[in-house]
Amino acid sequence: MISFLRTTAVASALAIGLTFSAPVQADVESRDPIILTLHDWTGQLITTHIMGEVLKKAGYNIDYVVADYIAQFAGLESGDLHVAMEMWETTGKQAMDQSLATGKTVDLGETGMDAKEEWWYPLYMKERCPGLPDWKALNKCAEAFSTPETAPKGRYLGGPVTWAGFDDERVEALHMDYEVVHAGTDAALFAELESAYERKAPVLLWIYAPHWAVAKFEGEFVEFPTYTDACYEDPKWGSNPNMAYDCGKPFGWIKKVGWKGGEKKWPGAYKAVRNFHVDNAEMSAMIVEADLEGKSVDDVVASWMKRNENRWKAWIK
Amino acid sequence: MNGPTVLSARRPLAVNPWLVAWAVALGLVVVVSLIGKDTLPWAFKFPRQWVIPLSVWISDFTKWLLNDFDLGLFTFKELTRSIAWVIEQPYWLVRSLLSTGFLQGRGSDAVLVFPRLSWVAVIFIITMMGYYAKDWKLALLVGVCFLYLAVFGQWDSAMATLSSIIIAVPFGVMGGLLLGIAGFRSPRLELIIRPILDLMQTVPVFAYLVPILILFGFGPVSAMIATIIYALPPMVRITMLGLRQVPSEITEFGSMAGCSPLQLLWKVQIPAAKTTLMVGVNQVVMMSLNMVIIASMIGAGGLGFDVLSALRRLKIGEGVEAGFAITLLAIALDRLSQAYAHRPPPMHGAARQGFIRRNPNLVLAVFIIAVTWMVGTVMTSMQTFPEAWQITTGAFWGDLVRAININYFDQLDSFKNFLLLNLMIPFKRFLLGLPWVTVVGLVGLAGWQLGGWRLSLLTGSLALFIAIVGLWPKSMVTVYLCGISVLIACLIGIPIGVAASRNDRLHRIVQAIIDTLQTLPSFVYLMPVVMLFRVGDFSAMLAVIAYALVPAIRYTDHGLRQVPAHLIEAARATGCTRRQILWKVQMPLALPEIMLGVNQTIMMALSMLVITALVGTRDLGQEVYIALTKADTGRGLVAGVCVAFIAIISDRLISAWSNRRKAELGLE
Repeated sequence: MISFLRTTAVASALAIGLTFSAPVQADVESRDPIILTLHDWTGQLITTHIMGEVLKKAGYNIDYVVADYIAQFAGLESGDLHVAMEMWETTGKQAMDQSLATGKTVDLGETGMDAKEEWWYPLYMKERCPGLPDWKALNKCAEAFSTPETAPKGRYLGGPVTWAGFDDERVEALHMDYEVVHAGTDAALFAELESAYERKAPVLLWIYAPHWAVAKFEGEFVEFPTYTDACYEDPKWGSNPNMAYDCGKPFGWIKKVGWKGGEKKWPGAYKAVRNFHVDNAEMSAMIVEADLEGKSVDDVVASWMKRNENRWKAWIK
Repeated sequence: MNGPTVLSARRPLAVNPWLVAWAVALGLVVVVSLIGKDTLPWAFKFPRQWVIPLSVWISDFTKWLLNDFDLGLFTFKELTRSIAWVIEQPYWLVRSLLSTGFLQGRGSDAVLVFPRLSWVAVIFIITMMGYYAKDWKLALLVGVCFLYLAVFGQWDSAMATLSSIIIAVPFGVMGGLLLGIAGFRSPRLELIIRPILDLMQTVPVFAYLVPILILFGFGPVSAMIATIIYALPPMVRITMLGLRQVPSEITEFGSMAGCSPLQLLWKVQIPAAKTTLMVGVNQVVMMSLNMVIIASMIGAGGLGFDVLSALRRLKIGEGVEAGFAITLLAIALDRLSQAYAHRPPPMHGAARQGFIRRNPNLVLAVFIIAVTWMVGTVMTSMQTFPEAWQITTGAFWGDLVRAININYFDQLDSFKNFLLLNLMIPFKRFLLGLPWVTVVGLVGLAGWQLGGWRLSLLTGSLALFIAIVGLWPKSMVTVYLCGISVLIACLIGIPIGVAASRNDRLHRIVQAIIDTLQTLPSFVYLMPVVMLFRVGDFSAMLAVIAYALVPAIRYTDHGLRQVPAHLIEAARATGCTRRQILWKVQMPLALPEIMLGVNQTIMMALSMLVITALVGTRDLGQEVYIALTKADTGRGLVAGVCVAFIAIISDRLISAWSNRRKAELGLE
């Protein structure tokens, strides 16, 4: 017994000694931690952790903080937070422009991913509504997409009020026989999709990509008249001469944003963040690994790091 | 021949003047509704040019407060940041001990100096605390609760959540106690405190989240401050109530024994009010755990974050498991704190023994920590619960929802449509169609009847405020959603409460269920509800009912049990049947208490608006949520205050009625 205690004591003493040994410290501008923000969707967690790991390899001190997607701007402006990896044009442009105007934050360039969002239906609806994906077919089968509350109009489930832009206007401008119902969160949105998909029930809703839903459920985006800036700004544009928004939704960039002061404090790190680049296909594959195949985000990131060593090494050069 | 005249002369028409007033008022409402649409359009839709841009003013004010307000030596923001620092210190200590281990340095540079307590040690200590506080049954209960956390793979998150709760609860309890004492000693202060408490409890957290983040920084401390703001009011109220209920004999005895006012307070009154005060502690614990989900949205991490992220991926099972972890934490902490409060005082004369004799449990705990730590350094399964031992029921919950969805959707859907088309939508249209002028008038009239002109002025002007800031239609949607939910919650809850009050076994079962309902994050069942009932008012209503049911049951049960035994005896002696005793004696006497339950039901329903906004309602909750996502402080606060005003109107009216009724029954 005594000898056992002694060995554990020695072992623990050793363990303490080991933990005290300092890590290898690379030569970087500042050892203060760079704080990256985390939100609550998997894609963003993956992008942020990739960036974090890469910066760690370059010798920077990294910390992660969970922050709300829009509320984080207050922190980025004051320097409480430093880098946000995913700001979507489709949902965050307004807040980002406001924040950039204060001069306290800085645009760190595009991530290389494109935000795609549009009305979407599962493939089995194509049989019940021939003519899809053309949007004009939707009016002919509004009944097929209806529920008792909306009948005879069809029911379209839009994203959260603040996310999905101008659906009410679009329905009016294109004379569509649809009622727009807003989901409060995307969790609710996909809960309804999953439920309908299991029953092969009619459903028409707003979906965005990169996202696991596009990989899990078979379906297509509705094809509206292609978006141009003029369509949103000039009522005369498009099929309805009196209203704007008579077209589909814009594709958009996904950008990185940072605290302005960080540029001086960690110039090398900010350069690396600017260099960060992944594309949609790559990101979608990683999201599927994490959300559908059940791998942890850390594992997904680690395997990406292993496979793409040359790429990320170039970012921090 | 002159019979009739004589009769009417003897019995003058005893018409209640209030009846006349109400008849006239309702008549006016009908008249205005029928003919007013064209002649009085402003009575229906509050004219845009009359709207006061209060939200813009508030936004400007907060901007100034956050950026430029200078108190001389330091700015306002520096003051709040130093408060955050004070809270942060004990938090880091607890967090290091339970969750992260003691670290040196920050970020990824940080080096582990000393590991956190191992899961074995934590479970052992908590079990010991259970035994020390009460008996082996409690020890078993809390031990099993914590074992669940380890076995179901919730340990890391649960310890993060537990650390913030361990810090937030004492701050909430102490803060509440001090404010309550202040209110108890100065009635004038109480007049100021009460409305502030109402606001703290009913303004949705999302409304003041952005300013809190700016003032206290991003991270767990802000989340804890939001938690404290939300969880503190019941403690204040209960402290004031408890101190006031201390029998005057006890206080007088203390004075006679020569206590100073401070001694009187801390050595006599507070110990005498302990049982009531512990109810407050229970509420602080429960409400802090209620906030776990929302706190995780602003950086608290932990179990709340797991629930949110699981549900965003539609992993219902994972969400349920993390949600239950929150519930079990709540139950363990609540039972432990209750048991500690009821523990008999230590025996005298123990002081002469040695340190080990006096503190055997402390010594044992330290010993266990040391042993598990040493073993843990060589055997990692002792330090961190091995993944291979973990189990999950995740697939089961997902499959269950899927099975219900596929097999019973049509039945559920037709039930939903029936309620929606026949009850909810007509009621919504009715409320939205009422001219705002008449609603303000009726609210004022109700205030006059129940509490005189002061109450009338209060309720009327609060209702007017809602119209003036331009949120009338959204407020009516709020009233509709909460009104229907409260009605149904009462229809279900009050009978259950009655049944529970008459049967002790049922009482215990019901208690366990409502404790779970109160702490299980509603987000957990909201997503399955959406899968079965689609996005919309019906799903929102179900979630509100599930949450608001709790006080309806609890207060009914409590009220009926509090009916003085001698009255029931008297009724039985006069030959009443059990049914007669219930309806003629117990119910009327318990009615004021039951109405307080209804009042709390309304409060709970209103506080759920924030959550139901996440499934797409179109009410004030959504307005607050939109303001949050746009970081628009003014807009959020104004909408939040409107929610609070609806709550205050109903609270004041019901309390006034309840007090009058109590006075009539001679209960107080």
